[in-house]
Amino acid sequence: MGEASQSTAAKPAQPDVQDVAEHIVEIISDSGEGAQTAGQLFGTVSARMGNGVWTVEIIPAEIEPPYRSRAGASGNRIRIATDAVSNMGEAADVVVAFNEQVPYSRIDVGGLRPGTILFLESMWAQSPDELIRKAYAEALADFRHRGYEVVEVPMNDECLKVVEDPKRGKNIWILGLLCALYERDAAIVQMLIERKLGRKGKAIVESNMALFNAGYKWAEQNAPWRFRVAVKPSDVDRVVMNGNEALALGIMAAGIEVCSMYPITPATSVSHYLAARFAKVGGIVHQAEDEIAAIGFAIGASYAGKTAVTVTSGPGLALKSEFIGFATMAEIPLVIIDVQRGGPSTGLPTRVEQGDLLAALFGQPGDTPNIVMAPTTIEECFHFVITARKLAETFRMPVILLSDASLATAQQPFPRPSAREEWLAPPVDTSPWQQDVAPYAWDPETGLSQRPIPGQRGGEYVVTGLAHDEESHVAYESKVNQQGLKMRRRKLATLARSLKPPTVYGDTEGEILVVGWGSTRGAIEEAVDRVRGHGHKVSSLTLHFLSPLEPGLKEIFRHFNKVMTIEICYSDPPEAGEGRTYAQLAFLLRAQTLVDVDCWSCVPGVPLPPRVIEAAIRERLPDHEQIPEVDLENVPCTV
Amino acid sequence: MYGLKQDWEAEEEARCLVLEDFESLTPRWCPGCGDHAVLGSLQRLARDLQLPPEKVVIVSGIGCSSRFPHYMKTYGFHGLHGRPLPIASGVLSRRPDLHVFVVTGDGDCCAIGTAHWIHAIRHNMNLTVLLFDNNIYGLTMMQSSPTTPLGNVSNTHPGGVPIGPINPLEVTLGIGNASFVAQTLDWNPLHLYATIKSAHEHQGLAFVRILQRCPHFMRDRWNDLQQDTAGVAVLEHADGIPVDDAVRRLFPNIRQHDPADLGGGRHLATGEEGIPMGLLYRNPESPRYNEITARGLGKTVADKLAGLEAELDRFAL
Repeated sequence: MGEASQSTAAKPAQPDVQDVAEHIVEIISDSGEGAQTAGQLFGTVSARMGNGVWTVEIIPAEIEPPYRSRAGASGNRIRIATDAVSNMGEAADVVVAFNEQVPYSRIDVGGLRPGTILFLESMWAQSPDELIRKAYAEALADFRHRGYEVVEVPMNDECLKVVEDPKRGKNIWILGLLCALYERDAAIVQMLIERKLGRKGKAIVESNMALFNAGYKWAEQNAPWRFRVAVKPSDVDRVVMNGNEALALGIMAAGIEVCSMYPITPATSVSHYLAARFAKVGGIVHQAEDEIAAIGFAIGASYAGKTAVTVTSGPGLALKSEFIGFATMAEIPLVIIDVQRGGPSTGLPTRVEQGDLLAALFGQPGDTPNIVMAPTTIEECFHFVITARKLAETFRMPVILLSDASLATAQQPFPRPSAREEWLAPPVDTSPWQQDVAPYAWDPETGLSQRPIPGQRGGEYVVTGLAHDEESHVAYESKVNQQGLKMRRRKLATLARSLKPPTVYGDTEGEILVVGWGSTRGAIEEAVDRVRGHGHKVSSLTLHFLSPLEPGLKEIFRHFNKVMTIEICYSDPPEAGEGRTYAQLAFLLRAQTLVDVDCWSCVPGVPLPPRVIEAAIRERLPDHEQIPEVDLENVPCTV
Repeated sequence: MYGLKQDWEAEEEARCLVLEDFESLTPRWCPGCGDHAVLGSLQRLARDLQLPPEKVVIVSGIGCSSRFPHYMKTYGFHGLHGRPLPIASGVLSRRPDLHVFVVTGDGDCCAIGTAHWIHAIRHNMNLTVLLFDNNIYGLTMMQSSPTTPLGNVSNTHPGGVPIGPINPLEVTLGIGNASFVAQTLDWNPLHLYATIKSAHEHQGLAFVRILQRCPHFMRDRWNDLQQDTAGVAVLEHADGIPVDDAVRRLFPNIRQHDPADLGGGRHLATGEEGIPMGLLYRNPESPRYNEITARGLGKTVADKLAGLEAELDRFAL
């Protein structure tokens, strides 16, 4: 970010044009003022032009928080770059705020830095309410003191020149402002607005385009900067969506016909999407009376030959645990999606955490081997559901997909998949069952067996959660119990044998190997690039399978002086000594590989910015140099 | 066609199902347990209706009676304590071709599974639900259940149960969208059979409470009713459960009750006119959720692929 020529909105003869590799923009408003729509449109137009884009929603915890409040900030962060973007980045370069209070919620999480350009609605300076005028003046002085480049913008007045009620439409005026600042293609915006609002009539489209053009023109005349983020137009068709939408589409693409759920943040929007669209492919959403009934219904459908999905978050996963154990024991395929949030207990419902890993692996009493997978990108959210259903059916067991609140609402473009017949579930087999094949005729090598489906004549059997023999007859004999546990566990070993060792990002030997899983991947890889830029031999590795663990880890680890995980869950610092609580993946890797895996993790409720991860890695280097402005004890206060 | 003989015909052999076709393992319930009678009735019903065993699914929870599926040579699902109703609902949701029966006990249905009981009644899916109500937890050795009478001594209430019981009939009749609520006795096989048959024929969720003997832990529970049959109010109506002459001879207290009369059914459920035996309420018009969950079953692969392509286009850049 270069030196801005001035902080007021005087008409510059020649704007300061800067070529930048990437920029981060935030639009924040009170809930319901449309900042999210404007942000999504800005992200979409940028992606369409050929920028890499990562968009995240800024969501208040309440539906309609008090207006002009710090806690009420709602909007979008859009990170655009010439190359692909894999995470939300750090402090914003440009912030547009509908009032002077909402920026404080972003300041709290390190969202702004000295030099951030802040376009601030100035109508509050003329408020009839003295308290508001005073608050505005104080905040304005504070923002300047903090070193932001504040541009006071009479958004309301400017909108009034175009429409009667600026409350509805200010967001599109701001979209115009941003599109001028970043030289975005107005024709694409027009197309997107027509696509979004076309159904509401021509007049609505026209009034929105008038607002857009007014904002665009205002910025051309008044904003002293232009930012050029070079574009690389894509030659493949792409789609853009958030992680929960990608999961929902993955469910449809997998040929799953039943999504059985109970409302829980931040997972529910998967089922909102499905509730509106699932019928197009013949599927149904069942809203159950509770989390337990939701999984019970799903297991019933799966048992009857229609492998179902249940979608939940941490507290729901806890409630489902008895049924998960049942599906493991009775060997019923099932897909469980856990969009993780902050825990324990009710925790941080709208915020990100990776705290359910061990619960997914070990959350059920008794020995209950299940498959646990974690997508690391929006695209993987789509494809992993398809894989999950197939694995569930092949291995006749539950597959838990761990997403999180960060992936849930982040948007990222990816190559458009084409629907494939082989992704769909096969029709229910109602052919007669081979009489001499038992319902659990376990193959001793693989633990795999074939499952009779109701309707198959001759296959009649009774599934039970009680210990049972190959015939599914209740059996309390020691040998039978040992055999059942062995066969169910063996299936995971069979799957592990079919997996490839994970790919190391960077060199396959060096000082530090950083291991992560899930949504932190993009930020970890960006951080690793930066540390390597400082001349250190650091690499990273992302796990997609957590159960069974991907093979070859010990061998990969052997080539690094140190292995550490970066996670969003709680851990103690190394000084804690023998009783140290390790981050959950580190705990798992230590147990599984006997390698002295270190970790750095924290639970700020927000995605980890690359700079924090960079600082955490550099702290672990032999003669470490700290990044002075990053306080690792107090993430994410990076400013 | 490869692998098939030229003179091959798609003709299914005629099937004549006999009782043995529905009999599986030897039941391990105590001698004198009411569960035996219900098992026999259901096996006879399946044979009489010639239900293909592969199309029958018996879903149960946990408890003595929930061992039921193991003794039927059909598909069975011996589930989790309190949860047979969500499982059965899921089984039926996309398989309207199946006959789904639910076996549950008073602990299973009226304690740990209460939420599911209420919502299953509300959903009114095409299930036959048999509540084996022996007023006690048997499998776990004589703890009080929600239907254990006030003052009854149990292992969890050695001084007697201090709070009165739930009346499952009243509760069920209090739930909107209930469509079939009946009660019968395990010790009258004719009425038991007729009741299960009517329940199976009903389109929607048929809830049948079966007063059931537990010779081990509640030996004297129904002695009064067995000795003085006038304590039973047999409900009779052209739309109700048929009352056999043998039943009529045994029970002197026969009452006319139109099962369309919800208010009357609720009054009878209180037991003030005698322990009701028969159909308390039926409403064939109650909406059935299984008709909603079965939507879209006819979609072809081409439909699905086209639907997915259209969805992906909505996210196209």
